[in-house]
Amino acid sequence: MSHSTAEKLVYMANQIATAFAQQQHTAAVDATRTHIRKFWDPRMRAKIAEHVAAGGEGLSPVAKEALEGLPPVKAA
Amino acid sequence: MSLTTDIDYGTPASTSEKLVTLTIDGMRVSVPEGTSIMRAAMEVGNKIPKLCATDMLDAFGSCRLCLVEIEGRNGTPASCTTPVAEGIVVKTQTERLKQIRKGVMELYISDHPLDCLTCSANGDCELQEMAGVVGLREVRYGYDGENHTKMGKDESNPYFTYEKSKCIVCNRCVRACEEVQGTFALTISGRGFDSRVSPGMDENFLTSECVSCGACVQSCPTATLNEKAMFDIGTPEHAVVTTCAYCGVGCAFKAEMRGDELVRMVPYKDGKANRGHSCVKGRFAYGYASHKDRILKPMIRSSIHEPWKEVSYEEAIQYAASEFKRIQEKYGKRAVGGITSSRCTNEETYLVQKLIRGGFGNNNVDTCARVCHSPTGYGLSQTYGTSAGTQDFDSVEKADVVLIIGANPTDGHPVFGSRLKKRLRGGAKLIVIDPRRTDIVRSPHVEAAYHLALKPGTNVAMVTALAHVIVTEGLVNEAFVRERCDWDDFQEWAAFVADARHSPESVEKYTQVPAEQVRKAARLYATGGNGAIYYGLGVTEHSQGSTTVMAIANLAMATGNIGREGVGVNPLRGQNNVQGSCDMGSFPHELPGYRHISDDATRAAFEAMWGVHLDDEPGLRIPNMFDAAVEGTYKGMYVQGEDILQSDPDTKHVSAGLAALECLVVQDLFLNETANYAHVFLPGCTFLEKDGTFTNAERRIQRVRKVMAPKNGYADWEVTLMLADAMGFKMDYAHPSEIMDEIAALTPAFTGVSYQKLEELGSVQWPCNEKAPTGTPVMHIDGFVRGKGKFMLTEYVPTDERTGPRFPLLLTTGRILSQYNVGAQTRRTANVAWHPEDVLEIHPHDAENRGIRDGDVVKLESRSGATSLKAVISERVAPGVVYTTFHHPVTQANVVTTDFSDWATNCPEYKVTAVQVSPSNGPTPWQEEYEDLSKKSRRIAVEAAE
Ligand code: SF4
Ligand code: SF4
Ligand code: SF4
Ligand code: FES
Repeated sequence: MSHSTAEKLVYMANQIATAFAQQQHTAAVDATRTHIRKFWDPRMRAKIAEHVAAGGEGLSPVAKEALEGLPPVKAA
Repeated sequence: MSLTTDIDYGTPASTSEKLVTLTIDGMRVSVPEGTSIMRAAMEVGNKIPKLCATDMLDAFGSCRLCLVEIEGRNGTPASCTTPVAEGIVVKTQTERLKQIRKGVMELYISDHPLDCLTCSANGDCELQEMAGVVGLREVRYGYDGENHTKMGKDESNPYFTYEKSKCIVCNRCVRACEEVQGTFALTISGRGFDSRVSPGMDENFLTSECVSCGACVQSCPTATLNEKAMFDIGTPEHAVVTTCAYCGVGCAFKAEMRGDELVRMVPYKDGKANRGHSCVKGRFAYGYASHKDRILKPMIRSSIHEPWKEVSYEEAIQYAASEFKRIQEKYGKRAVGGITSSRCTNEETYLVQKLIRGGFGNNNVDTCARVCHSPTGYGLSQTYGTSAGTQDFDSVEKADVVLIIGANPTDGHPVFGSRLKKRLRGGAKLIVIDPRRTDIVRSPHVEAAYHLALKPGTNVAMVTALAHVIVTEGLVNEAFVRERCDWDDFQEWAAFVADARHSPESVEKYTQVPAEQVRKAARLYATGGNGAIYYGLGVTEHSQGSTTVMAIANLAMATGNIGREGVGVNPLRGQNNVQGSCDMGSFPHELPGYRHISDDATRAAFEAMWGVHLDDEPGLRIPNMFDAAVEGTYKGMYVQGEDILQSDPDTKHVSAGLAALECLVVQDLFLNETANYAHVFLPGCTFLEKDGTFTNAERRIQRVRKVMAPKNGYADWEVTLMLADAMGFKMDYAHPSEIMDEIAALTPAFTGVSYQKLEELGSVQWPCNEKAPTGTPVMHIDGFVRGKGKFMLTEYVPTDERTGPRFPLLLTTGRILSQYNVGAQTRRTANVAWHPEDVLEIHPHDAENRGIRDGDVVKLESRSGATSLKAVISERVAPGVVYTTFHHPVTQANVVTTDFSDWATNCPEYKVTAVQVSPSNGPTPWQEEYEDLSKKSRRIAVEAAE
């Protein structure tokens, strides 16, 4: 795995989405979003949001949908 | 032997609830049925002479010193082996008894070298004491008997000596090794007057099976087995009860002192985790506390390429604080953070997270539990609603089937390992799921019913397959599930696991374990009576660590193995205070007591108490900190008592992160590997030098008591207070008990905890509050903490770390008994006698293919990096799997491990790395470069003479 932060975050988001993949689609999307909202520091969320805005390359469908609905990060 | 102040009841307590009343020397006494007459006499303060009996061991009845007379019965039975009976009248002192006892003592003394005055046990010897007790004034056989002094001394063990001539063949050591430790290293060899104890077949202690636990030394009534410190220092004069600072078992010890010099550590019989036993680390390996490498003065430097400069605490603290403030000014509030220590006390970790949240104004705090048991926290809170093991250690005594997954208790948690072995010898069945044939799989008088030697990285497939068998073969405890768990979730889960893709036959291709074995093991766990699961880092340190924890939790719920003694789900925690550091709010997303930082009410309570505003956003976890540092958004860090460079995976990435920091403050006993990248060094103090509490793997909060002044001037908590003060965030405490009071006031599971209560009860297991004023040994008795137990779906997802042509072997890592974690402490003790270096275990087949012989130096390489170490050829590992430990910085096994991690918690995947092993002729370039950097970085400037 590369050490570029965006790629790493994509990898992590996909891993989370996969862990919830056995649930119904909406439940999986919600669980992925909640997990990221709960455990990722704002700079990580801001970074992945940028990546999503730029097309979200590499994200699985569940991860992408979850991230598209992620509330915007407030300034510190 | 232990200090005479300890009462020895002679035989173990009976657990019977039925009372029996008898008369001893005219006094009536009621004791539980099954109690020995000896113990009953001691209950009324009547100490019957004895030599072969001690209350840590079952009665043996060999010395004949403890004889008594019972009205209406013939003869003089031994009081240690004779149980009480209703209404009997016992006499412990009559003319006849006196004469017999004198005779017995005369025989013992006649072939004993009587050099009491210069003997190391003088004043602490039961033989000497008994001679006085029975009134021995002459020895009719004379003193010219064979006194065996030519027999010599075995001094091979670094910590104790064996002086054969003083052995009275009471068998106490042999029995201690068998009954308490479970190693069976000792036998009696020779006959008659020549018979003596012997380790193995004519071996010395060091080369024998002995694991140096010291149980035999503690049980020896004479100087035969004696701590070397007793020779060097003399007998102790006072003792202080404290808690071991090594592993998560949390053994209680008496630190036996002469003045402020520690003479020896003796396991405390009233310690509820260890019940008077210990391992080689806790009992003997405390020499690091006075090791010459300890750094006792604060130091600073502006660049890691400069030598260190010793300064005052004030200067070091001011420098650190001004750097943190400068960094925050320049890069933002969230550009700094810190790491709490699982080796420090609860009070200290609480303060570090308080400093970060309150003083730094962000939540960038994490702890080394990130890299070990964070998946336990996540997995158990999802399923049961609480982040901790469900049982106390005593519970194992009621288990009928023990399922061990990814844990090596005899090495990692030795005293629990001994207690477990005792139960297994008593008849409980054992299932082990582990890629390696650990000692518990087969050792004297213990043999696992099933050892499922799965391929590393396939835990979820394995545990889900066990669930498949339980569901499809109708072994679910439906009554339990209906009453205690969410029924809809259960049904969804049952349908999920019942799918053919989860059957043992289908997953065999991943796990490589024959399906029939898996089926039998599942049946045994589900139907064998009380089923107890114990697991370790072999479960958590995987990319699906959290999923496996949930799969384990599912298994216990489905079979009703939760909520009473003898069952449960028990994570075996690595370091002494991992449980405590997690409880104390060391994770970036939660405040003490596992409450999310975004919860307004919880934050408000802390804000009111601390008088600051708290950031409501989660902070960075350790691996994220390194990423952010490399990226340039994280610039300053305070690390208390952890060596992240050596302990964390993918060393090269960690070192790049550390090197990118503008201010790294390390507080530790030694210039550890992390300190190679530090700008401020604050000396740490040992557990002997401070007050506080540790919380062990069974949620047991125990006192750590100061037995000597901190050699570096301050306890760790005091140094944190100074740093907080310099950051402009005043914290005011005169004693750690006040910190605990604050924790209790803010944390629902701790409201009943106070130092006073710990004084009264010895220890308490949280939750300890209005509902459970004396604590909670077994959790989830009437219901789960979250309400209904929640079954979670656990799909197996193979790790992306795969073997291939370049890296065809799987490396898994672990630990061994004599060394602890990164080894900073144990490497600085005589424990190196057992493990001078890390080695690589490799199967004969793989070794032969590569032309590797036992003892060759080999190169171990992954896509992350390469290191070199010695190979040991061993069938403990399966073909295709290699194994090593991470106790030594010269090897740095973590150069090889990767940055893959658990999906939920980012706990690193230490247990699976694809590697290649090849012959080598010396250190790798990384090892050489690092050695060079370490040497340069550890320079301390010498003050020019005036
Ligand atoms: S072992 Fe006890 S009795 Fe023997 S010489 Fe030493 S102190 Fe005296
Ligand atoms: S030190 Fe422990 S393992 Fe060694 S012989 Fe004594 S009791 Fe047995
Ligand atoms: S290291 Fe663990 S088992 Fe050994 S004495 Fe300490 S707490 Fe007990
Ligand atoms: S103490 Fe009872 S026979 Fe030795």
